[in-house]
Amino acid sequence: MANYATNEFKNGLKVMVDNDPCSMIDVDMVKPGKGQAFTRVKLRNLISGRVVERTYKSGESLPGADVMDADMQYLYNDSEFWYFMHPETFEQVAADAAAVGDQHKWLKEQDMCEVTTWNERPIAVATPNFVELRITETDPGLKGDTAQGGIKPATLETGAVVRVPLFIETDEMIKVDTRTGEYVGRVKS
Amino acid sequence: MTDDWRPTATMEALRQRAELLACLRRYFAGQGVLEVETPLLSAAGIPDPHIPAFTTMPGPDGEASYYLNTSPEFAMKRLLAAGSGPIFQVCKAFRRGEQGKYHNPEFTLLEWYRPGFDHWQLMDEVDVLVRQLAGGFRSPGRSERISYRTCFQQYLEIDPFRADVSMLKSCARTQGVGEVAGLSNADKDTWLDLLMSHCIQPHLGKEGLTFVYDYPASQAALARIRPGEPPVAERFELFIDGIELANGFHELQDAREQYARFEADLARRRAEKLEPVVLDERLIKALEAGLPACAGVALGLDRLQLVFTGRSHIRDTLAFSCERS
Repeated sequence: MANYATNEFKNGLKVMVDNDPCSMIDVDMVKPGKGQAFTRVKLRNLISGRVVERTYKSGESLPGADVMDADMQYLYNDSEFWYFMHPETFEQVAADAAAVGDQHKWLKEQDMCEVTTWNERPIAVATPNFVELRITETDPGLKGDTAQGGIKPATLETGAVVRVPLFIETDEMIKVDTRTGEYVGRVKS
Repeated sequence: MTDDWRPTATMEALRQRAELLACLRRYFAGQGVLEVETPLLSAAGIPDPHIPAFTTMPGPDGEASYYLNTSPEFAMKRLLAAGSGPIFQVCKAFRRGEQGKYHNPEFTLLEWYRPGFDHWQLMDEVDVLVRQLAGGFRSPGRSERISYRTCFQQYLEIDPFRADVSMLKSCARTQGVGEVAGLSNADKDTWLDLLMSHCIQPHLGKEGLTFVYDYPASQAALARIRPGEPPVAERFELFIDGIELANGFHELQDAREQYARFEADLARRRAEKLEPVVLDERLIKALEAGLPACAGVALGLDRLQLVFTGRSHIRDTLAFSCERS
């Protein structure tokens, strides 16, 4: 990978810091009119998710990180890994629990999601903001109870549990916002 | 982005800029200070390793390449030596690689020179002018003057003239500057710059105008050095809201001393493997012919507008910032 000098630093640039791939989230220059320039950078560690702040003397450089985002299809999981396939090359990658994080709750076989790889190894998985999933179990609904705004828990086919209105029934498809884990609406079949 | 043809400043910001320009021209006209223009393309550059210039490409017919002016200082001093009397200029200055919240590679400077003034009298005038310019925008608050040494003693409890590199280093650590890459062989001035810009500057000008004066002799740039224990550079800077707005000098008149500083800068460039710079021999000749005793100051108009109008990014004061140029 190329090296990037301080004057090439910008938001979104992926670089190696302390042996981990990081993404720049804030870059600013601190420079007296007469005197040494510094570049201050906030970096998100793409493995741990932690944000660190660093200062670089102008002219310093950082090695680039071979980090790529690709849309891939989720295939299945065994006890250890979640498997994804590139839809055009049919190339497969295996992501461990650390890379998948809590996104596993929304992963349904055949669905597309964004897989971030570092040196071809998956380090993060992002499901779409909205997913449609079938309810496998919820208490029976009460007919005509649409107006009262009551809620109950429902278990989805992926194992996730979301809160849904009382009128929703088992086997219905619902739309969920994966960022908040909230019920958005019924999906008409 | 599809609408990147649009200005980065609002129409209101453009009107504010016009108002600032009209106001400062009124002020200088009233003071009998002559407005001048000097070249933006210059055959010679500035050797200061911290001020990187843009250069033009050589032409197809072997035309020379030029430096884009990083400040109009040398040309204005030649006018002073030729007998111009007090002069001011509003012009663009260009500095390669300077981009950020408070930096655009091309920016607008107000620079002026007052024969017969020292840096104290010039600070007085900067104070008066900045208050007039602030008039329509905000209350300028109170003014304070604090020496470079007192700044360090007050905010960091360290004497910048006596401390050595290891003391400055440990001070940066206790101040929580965090890890800084590239400072393993840094000299004392680099550490002073780090502490000044990261730990002191954010506190300056919180209640009005803060002038910092008497810089270390090693940071004199083009200012006179006043002998003493320690010797200090007769240089000042103005800060408002933690932002550096102006830099002024009681100007160095001695041609030989000026030449020696240029040579020292060139040596630092060689040591840092930076490209050499063509020295301004005409400035040296002008100093030999005689620069009147004077003080001069450069004030960043984009930043001044930014602090007056409460904006947070320099692009908000520019019709088109660098990304949309």
